[in-house]
Amino acid sequence: MTCHDYKDLMMGYLDGELDDEQKRSIEAHLAACPQCESELKEFRKIKQITDEVVLAEPEEKVWQQYWGGVYNRIERGVGWILFSAAAILLLIYGGFKAIEEIVKDPEVGIILKVALLGLIAGLAVLLVSVLRERLYIRKKDRYKDVRR
Amino acid sequence: MSNSCEEEVITIGHCRGGSKEAFEVIVRRYMKDAYFIALGLVGNREDALDLSQEAFARAYYHIKRFNQTREFFPWFYQILRNLCINHLRKRKRERNHRVKELGRQSSTTCAGDWFAPELVAERNEMKEKVWTAVGRLDDKHREVIILRHFQNLSYEQIARTLYCNKGTVTSRLYYARRKLKEILDREKGGQQE
Repeated sequence: MTCHDYKDLMMGYLDGELDDEQKRSIEAHLAACPQCESELKEFRKIKQITDEVVLAEPEEKVWQQYWGGVYNRIERGVGWILFSAAAILLLIYGGFKAIEEIVKDPEVGIILKVALLGLIAGLAVLLVSVLRERLYIRKKDRYKDVRR
Repeated sequence: MSNSCEEEVITIGHCRGGSKEAFEVIVRRYMKDAYFIALGLVGNREDALDLSQEAFARAYYHIKRFNQTREFFPWFYQILRNLCINHLRKRKRERNHRVKELGRQSSTTCAGDWFAPELVAERNEMKEKVWTAVGRLDDKHREVIILRHFQNLSYEQIARTLYCNKGTVTSRLYYARRKLKEILDREKGGQQE
């Protein structure tokens, strides 16, 4: 084993995470390698000063009001979902009604009607295409479960 | 399975059924861990509170995706961590944008700039320096330092929380501590000059 291979053992030694055999192995290496021995001393200092840093507790009222904050977010989230779903439904309904009126109106020119229907058909094709692509990628993506 | 684990599985089961009371039990159990981890990751009290609460709200919405055969906290930690990292990226972008607008150099911007010394209890110069240096570590090194030193988790617990093996934890800890030492040495050198 090289000094580099002992780096993991050194961390475990420092944090009291080694079993007896590993401990014996690193101690034997440290006794024979002044460079690793000195590195361990440096790491011990870093560990000690980092352990001394304690983060200040916030005021007690923060903990008392904590659940309230989470609850409000959950409630507002539900509110937003309902609001958005209803808004989308209303927009679709209103849109269809408006289009129906225009298509049925004999005073509106045929060109405008065709353009409007083309616009809707185009939107529908785009929507279906995007949805199909998303579903296809989701099914075939070999890395979908990989954490990034 | 220990009693507390069994209890948690039952409580999570109620949460999946939509019980907010059951979710309150989970939030009260983990709120301090969530807050202090977020504080360690973003270095700001208000943001840590905001992000940890948001993480709980998102966990509630997606609780059905949680695999009940696993522990809750590592799953929750992934949500919290992603929120914190995205928040840091956004903050960095905004800061860079502002600096660019002012026509100054932006290369010195890093998370450590937000790690305020007043967050440290029983402050002294050394502790403040260490805290600021922790803020200057990159995300994956900062998180192992936070989990090991501020949350006192064992290597096994850190590995479970980060969904990685113990070897990865040890290796990250090694490089994190080495980097921490480099930053502190550099600061010391800078002061002496």
